Amino acid sequence: MKKLYTLMAVVLLASMILTACGGTPAPTTAPETPAPATAVPPTAVPPTETPKFKVGEVTDLGGVDDKSFNASAWQGVTDAISQLGVDGKYLESKDQSDYAKNIQQFLDEKSDLIITVGFLLGVDTATAAKAHPDQKFAIVDYTYPDCYPGAEEGKTCGSSTDLPNVRGLAFQTDQAAFLAGYAAAGMTKTGKVGTFGGLPIPTVTIFMKGFEAGVKYYNQKHGTSVAVLGWDTAKNDGLFTNNFSSTDDGRKFAESLMQEGADIIMPVAGPVGLGSAAVCKETGKCWIIGVDTDWYVSAPEYKEVVLTSVMKKINVAVFNTIKDAQDGTFTGGTKTYTIADGGVDMAPFHDFDSQVSSDLKTELDAAKAALIDGSLTVDGVLSGK
Amino acid sequence: MTEDKDKKDVKKTEKAVEKHGSPWVDNLLMPALAVFTGLVVGGIIVIISDDTAIEAWRHFFSAPGTALKASWDAVITAYSALFGGALGNPKTIIAGFQTYFSTGDTTALLKSIYPFTESLVLATPYIFAGLAVALGFRCGLFNIGAEGQFFMGALGSAYIGYSITGLPWFIHLPLALLGGAAAGAIWGAIPGYLKARFGAHEVVNTIMMNWIAFRLSDWLLTGPMKASGFRPVTPSVEATAELPRFFPDPLRFNWGFPLALLFAFLVYWFLFKTTLGFEIRAVGANPDAAKYSGMSVVRNFVLVMTLSGALAGLAGSAQVLGTDHWVGQGFSAGYGFDSIALALLGKSHPLGVVLAALLFGILRGGATNMQSVARIPIDLISVIQGMVIIFIAAPDIIRWLYRLRIGRTEQTVLTRGWGK
Repeated sequence: MKKLYTLMAVVLLASMILTACGGTPAPTTAPETPAPATAVPPTAVPPTETPKFKVGEVTDLGGVDDKSFNASAWQGVTDAISQLGVDGKYLESKDQSDYAKNIQQFLDEKSDLIITVGFLLGVDTATAAKAHPDQKFAIVDYTYPDCYPGAEEGKTCGSSTDLPNVRGLAFQTDQAAFLAGYAAAGMTKTGKVGTFGGLPIPTVTIFMKGFEAGVKYYNQKHGTSVAVLGWDTAKNDGLFTNNFSSTDDGRKFAESLMQEGADIIMPVAGPVGLGSAAVCKETGKCWIIGVDTDWYVSAPEYKEVVLTSVMKKINVAVFNTIKDAQDGTFTGGTKTYTIADGGVDMAPFHDFDSQVSSDLKTELDAAKAALIDGSLTVDGVLSGK
Repeated sequence: MTEDKDKKDVKKTEKAVEKHGSPWVDNLLMPALAVFTGLVVGGIIVIISDDTAIEAWRHFFSAPGTALKASWDAVITAYSALFGGALGNPKTIIAGFQTYFSTGDTTALLKSIYPFTESLVLATPYIFAGLAVALGFRCGLFNIGAEGQFFMGALGSAYIGYSITGLPWFIHLPLALLGGAAAGAIWGAIPGYLKARFGAHEVVNTIMMNWIAFRLSDWLLTGPMKASGFRPVTPSVEATAELPRFFPDPLRFNWGFPLALLFAFLVYWFLFKTTLGFEIRAVGANPDAAKYSGMSVVRNFVLVMTLSGALAGLAGSAQVLGTDHWVGQGFSAGYGFDSIALALLGKSHPLGVVLAALLFGILRGGATNMQSVARIPIDLISVIQGMVIIFIAAPDIIRWLYRLRIGRTEQTVLTRGWGK
């Protein structure tokens, strides 16, 4: 009995606090049926007819709040929820056995579009897509065919052919990284800039390649000899933390690059780079070039050391894919986003804007225009033009 | 004495036993209440995180019924999605059976049992790893290294699984399992030896061994054991090394589960029916007494840590040979760490471990559906598991909460002091 009283007291207290917080009491007609909690704000695009178009995102191990590509993809889905009126949800993967299970869940729910994120889901996505040819899929940062000589289809690789019901979303990030490298070369005081990656995989090294090319292009134009530490395209070798999680590694790698003289660092390892940003902020001896999103916005605690960022707009790609699928214009195969369509870009300098000379800005604009019209290519610069 | 009175007396004694330290109360009632309380706390979190329910609570005085109903609805939605997603829908299962018996078509049946088989698949590594930690507890050793041993076991099995070709399955599969057990055993034996020989505490050393295992696997997966191609994963194991699956894809239920049950029985038999098992329990209960009775404490420490490591290694083997067939960087969702909680919940008894592992498998299995249908983050499962452990580790909370007046029965000694 005594316990019942205690419980009641707690309930009363809680309700009083909550009511107090509520301020002006709303009309007592509390909605019996759960009113549209996911109310669609009126926008230019009219909400779709019922039933809603269903979108499911399967994250990889980083989870939906990884501040990296899972989060960026989810941003695309939430944008679609508010602007296109779709119904979107996500499933987080806790270990690799969850990939197939989560995809299966969305298959069972008859989602209209299933979006998987990252190369780790490459095999399971292709296997599911082949078993369900009528189901639309999109995969972020991965493309088919992905089978290499000696790989076993369905085990070590996903598909040896193009899949008509899967859209692979690829990003020409080397173009944006090229501009960042050019800017870094123009801004460095020590004549050395550095980079390191999470893993030696194409989606990471493409950043480092572009960065190196940008520096090289600056050297060609200005007769300088700014050096790139941490990556060498000719040797196809560089610095890698071998993980995408340890901010501690981010600190260590940034420290060793600083000791070698680099004063601008581009970490291409997701949240690992935040550790590097922390070191730069503490020592005040280096600047950071962010990756994937504009770190000035997404990691504002380090905004005083973020020179610029190499943006890879996964959210835009995901949003467009959802829109295409909803409009009935969905196509499979690979869709590559480039600097020409704005899918990749260099972020503004923000607080550094006043420190960047107008000459450098003009040159960057010219380089961007040349990248867009194709007269300048990353590979061209790397191979010595 | 009349017969009646006799009966009454017997009843009284029975009741007294029940109230004062019956093993059943301590071993079944307490864990059950801990799980129940954990679910209740989880339910409260569901209510707090539910916008509709919170909105309704703001107007509790004007419409108390709405608030209670909204809360109830939120909890029911969450838990029915959780358990429905873990066990399947009885109606569809029955319908599936009916279709199968009338037409012989298995599609509907397989679809209906998919959720339940997935829960069993998830329970498999939990059983092995839980047995590993439980065995350690029985000897007074706290094996926190199950996670590292799990990784080593998985890598060991994967290596034998993919590198050797051309063997028949009845040689290759046992060999791969043995490789996993051996790798885990080595990872367990090292802290065991350090403890026995130098008195280095096993808690510290098993944690250190975890880190070595994680970094070693990072290196192996990007270097020597990496499949060709760019993904940092091992090649897939040969079909001859796979634990056979019972049903066609996407059902992943395989021989790993019966194997886990077999090992649970073996551990039970070893602990309670053999002299060595008795020695181990004696050392766990009181090492000094065991020593003076002529038992070798040192030998038992090494032996138990080796066996414990082997069991945790088999957890990794079962996962890689039965479910995944390859090892990548996100190989474990913390099976080794969860298994500590699981061994506590199972009171370090093999049967208890199996039951607790089934519970954990069900929670993890249903989490996918809960996440999707009720839109509750998968992390709620970790919260519930954590709560259950708090209530198990601090049984007085449960006693106080449910007004249980039970004498404390003897407790298993989980771990001993430093350097002992």
